[in-house]
Amino acid sequence: MADKTQLARQFIEAIPHAKQLGMKLTEIGDGTAEIRMAYDEKLIGDPATGVIHGGAVSALMDTCCGAAVMSHPSAPGGTATIDLRIDYMRPATPGQAITTRATCHHITRTVAFVRAVAMDEDADRPVATAAGAFTVEKKF
Amino acid sequence: MSRPRPEPIQVVKQRRDAALSALVDSVPYIRFLNVTFDRRGDELTAQLNFDDKLIGNPFLPAIHGGVTAAFLEITSMVTLNWSFLWPRIESGDLDPAEMAKGNLPRQPKTIDFTVDYLRSGLPRDAYARARVNRSGRRYASVHVEAWQDHKDKLFAQATGHFLMPQDANGKD
Repeated sequence: MADKTQLARQFIEAIPHAKQLGMKLTEIGDGTAEIRMAYDEKLIGDPATGVIHGGAVSALMDTCCGAAVMSHPSAPGGTATIDLRIDYMRPATPGQAITTRATCHHITRTVAFVRAVAMDEDADRPVATAAGAFTVEKKF
Repeated sequence: MSRPRPEPIQVVKQRRDAALSALVDSVPYIRFLNVTFDRRGDELTAQLNFDDKLIGNPFLPAIHGGVTAAFLEITSMVTLNWSFLWPRIESGDLDPAEMAKGNLPRQPKTIDFTVDYLRSGLPRDAYARARVNRSGRRYASVHVEAWQDHKDKLFAQATGHFLMPQDANGKD
């Protein structure tokens, strides 16, 4: 299992766009993953307030959900998003990193179901939540 | 009663293009992803200009699902804001020169956004058009479709709900 977790970590950290957004995998294994994305001015969606664009939060959520699927003991290889819904509860506080935790709560031979939550430094009030379905691929 | 003379084409184009570019160029994340907009009258088509930094799976290779989601959300948000502000841009209530200086009306806020991934995004440019299906005083519902080589072979689509700026004029 350690090998597969290591493989998933390498896979995530090799994604060009994840690198571009400064994503850091902080925890992974057994169908859960946690990824942190530091605040960066290039990710601003509302110049008047400095709030990060919803799209950047989507990219973070999508990556984290995919990582959770790959780290699941029953997942043989890679994965792709079938659908992903994101609910935005409140704007992330400008200047703060965003941390996402995703859980693959159910997996079949073909489909993985994932939930995720995104937080800034105030972990009690989520910034956004996500729910999605992912494919289960035989290989990476 | 004589009809007022129509404005010269240059005046019309300059006003609309300046207002659109003020809305788009002011957002750092739109510049970072290099999403540009093509305008025909009031109709907008967004273009995601391909770059290697947009790759999510280097083995295929394919565009990152998060980039696709962001591209669709940008297209929805700009199209919604554009159609919401259009009457004020046309009436002269909003001055494109002032908008370019950063004096922009407040943007709508995303409530939720659901993306359907239909095919993997190929390493080339992508295009998207959004349709505002309902725009009320408080909420709006927007549908968006994205394609690459063939307009009728979508690679992703999405539906989003947005909270409109609370002042009726969109002013703050």
